[in-house]
Amino acid sequence: MLAVEHVTARYGAQVAVDDLSLDVAAGEVVTVLGASGSGKSTLLRVVAGLHRPDAGRVVLDGRDLEAVPPHRRGVGLVFQDHALFPHRDVAGNVAFGLRMRGDSPDRIGARVGELLELVGLPGFEGRSVGTLSGGEQQRVALARALAPEPRVLLLDEPLGSLDRPLRERLLTDLERLFTAIGVTALYVTHDQAEAFGLGDRVALMRDGRIAQLGTPDELWAHPSDQGVARFLGQSVRDGRALRPEAISVRRTGDEEPADGVVESAVRHGPSVRLVVRLDGGGTLAAAVTALDHPVAGDRVVVAIDPEGVVDVG
Amino acid sequence: MDADRRSLTGRAWPLVAYGVPLAFLAFFFVYPLTTIVARGLGTSGAESTLGLLADPLTRDVLWFTTWLAAASTVLTVAVALPASYVLGRYAFPGRSLVLALVTVPFVLPTVVVALAFLAILPNGLEHGPIAILIAHAFFNVAVVVRIVGTFWAGLDRRTAEAAATLGAGPWQRLLHVTLPLLAPALSAAAAIVFLFSFTSFGVIAILGGPGYSTLEVEIYNQAVRSFDLHAAAVLSLVQLACVALTVTVATHLERRLAVRGQLRPEHDVLRRPATAAEKALVAGSLGALGLFLGLPLASVIERSLVTGQGHGFEAYRALTHPTSSLLVTPWHAIANSIAYASVATAIALTIGGLAAFALAGAQRNRVFDGMLMLPLGASAVMLGFGFIIAFDEGWRDFRAAPWIVPVVQALVAIPFVVRIVAPTLRAIDDRQREAAALLGADPGRVRREIDLPIAARALAVAAGFAFAISLGEFGATVFLARPDHPTLPVAIFRFLGRPGPLNVAQAYALAVILMVVTATSILVVERFGRRRLGWF
Repeated sequence: MLAVEHVTARYGAQVAVDDLSLDVAAGEVVTVLGASGSGKSTLLRVVAGLHRPDAGRVVLDGRDLEAVPPHRRGVGLVFQDHALFPHRDVAGNVAFGLRMRGDSPDRIGARVGELLELVGLPGFEGRSVGTLSGGEQQRVALARALAPEPRVLLLDEPLGSLDRPLRERLLTDLERLFTAIGVTALYVTHDQAEAFGLGDRVALMRDGRIAQLGTPDELWAHPSDQGVARFLGQSVRDGRALRPEAISVRRTGDEEPADGVVESAVRHGPSVRLVVRLDGGGTLAAAVTALDHPVAGDRVVVAIDPEGVVDVG
Repeated sequence: MDADRRSLTGRAWPLVAYGVPLAFLAFFFVYPLTTIVARGLGTSGAESTLGLLADPLTRDVLWFTTWLAAASTVLTVAVALPASYVLGRYAFPGRSLVLALVTVPFVLPTVVVALAFLAILPNGLEHGPIAILIAHAFFNVAVVVRIVGTFWAGLDRRTAEAAATLGAGPWQRLLHVTLPLLAPALSAAAAIVFLFSFTSFGVIAILGGPGYSTLEVEIYNQAVRSFDLHAAAVLSLVQLACVALTVTVATHLERRLAVRGQLRPEHDVLRRPATAAEKALVAGSLGALGLFLGLPLASVIERSLVTGQGHGFEAYRALTHPTSSLLVTPWHAIANSIAYASVATAIALTIGGLAAFALAGAQRNRVFDGMLMLPLGASAVMLGFGFIIAFDEGWRDFRAAPWIVPVVQALVAIPFVVRIVAPTLRAIDDRQREAAALLGADPGRVRREIDLPIAARALAVAAGFAFAISLGEFGATVFLARPDHPTLPVAIFRFLGRPGPLNVAQAYALAVILMVVTATSILVVERFGRRRLGWF
């Protein structure tokens, strides 16, 4: 449905997007995962028509968008820090796109109510946007972008400015909402949990190009190269990527021979992420969920499940 | 067809936003000035021009003007700093009212300010450089207080606190942290005060007296008193060069000021004065400033009430009667002034508003920017004089046209409108325009839906300033106002030139009325401008 074909975009001498191609099918959510500076926001701006590409084209529903200005593309964009209109109330913000296309006041009122319901802010019509919390502003921004029923919804780090608990709650809400309305979306983030949680497919972006494109499971099980594996948090040894959950770690007794020593142990919810410095040189990252796990300074033996090892050259 | 028309308005817009202000300025600003220069230089050879430039008299005038402007700047900054500090660090009831009130002297007509100091200064001091310096400080204190005070209020307290934890004492913090951070605001404010002092006319014309002539006054003397166009033109050239230089420096400094990424919202910075010493500091600084600004104005009121025997409202009652000083009753002058200023405000808002849109647009243009700022420093006297000699024949004979006074007043007000409106437009997050476009708004619709509503407040404030400035404009209006249609400042000037206590009292009475109307228009718009809008 949306096709990005060989797009190159530069800022002066700097190449932000480099000969990039990407297809998004109708009803599909593709997340673009990358570090800052990888060119992912520029990609969105090119699709939205806010940045003119130096080469390549964007095709939507079979139509080349080159000559189509942003306001006639039928593309919605949710900005990182919302960019709500400060001089309008919540209803005024959500209604904006509907007014632009000339809907009747009755229809606008009904649709605004419907959308605020959808994003979990019923009755917020008359509120001034300055009085909203960060999460509420984000919901209004989403409702505003969805109101005119864009053919493609673009989201630029929409949860980036929110704190962690709020982010996790909104993430669940977004997942539910995307499924409910069957939206076609391109979602940019630097957060792996967001990208894997929301994306039907994930495009891992690096230096303006897509390093790998696939479902979250495909990316995790078969990283295409060492860089991808490291970006995802896997260890790379001798040209092979090791999935943290394929590595089991056991504390040893004093006399027992060991493979290495635990350098750090950091808890992430139910699992603990261990970094083991091997006696033979190098480190391994492991994720353990055992109730009794090794701590920093413990000497350990390491076992690797060959199923979780993939050749990455 | 609809789509075609829309994209056409999209393309036509920059043409209008740039073209209309440029055409207006070219015809009403550049053309009169070049006429002065051409006519002045054309009547004699280059030799005598060089001779005039080298004349020790010219050098003396230039030196005196520069010296006076520099000294005025130093004095103004010194007077304004304590209040700037208090406004930049402390939250207290009436803080925004103080910011509004200090602005009133800035827009007061020069004639009124000069009268105030004539009334208040002791005999022997009321004419000469000291009087002029004090009057300049009175006028321009608002520029420093508003630029430095509001900038200070945005400086993160934590930098000074960090310095304190690193062992810096109060003076070291001031010297090594606060002053360097304030430098952009201080230098921008100083450059602007220098510019206003350099081109000041009414104050010097009334308080200067013989022997104290600045470039601006000398241009007036040569052109009007001696009718030596050549000398006036040469002096105008010198003045233009100096002004262009100062404007360049000032805009450069102000641009540095605009880099305020690290500034904090005021409510994070301002604190209520806690200790008795802090309260005394706040009260003392503001009290002193209040006396400095209030006493001269109070004395104007007092003088307007002086009669032959004691005090009374005689001068006010006489305003509705014919007088030998004017062709019409003073009352007519008031009505005239308000009518002219209203038209001037409409012109200034249209031209200045369009220019602000052009300047805030994507295609910013330094030359255009500078050109819009030039009338700010270009002498009003030169402008008035230029109108007289440029628009004097054929279809261009506008000297008797009723709109000529509003046009010249609008020229003086336009830079202020641009400076109030453009920063607000620039401060609009571009992503809001992008968001509107993605929701289906074409470029014209984006301007109407986003830019215009957000700029509306700034436009209202600009209207108040334009009105006040037009109302008090003297240097150019004095050339162009017809005897049967005087404005208030012109009428005051005429009354002052006449003998007799009633004439003097009437001058002061008109000054009081002018003051009240001006102050009212500023205070009204300041109520809109509670959010910070540019620096005036």
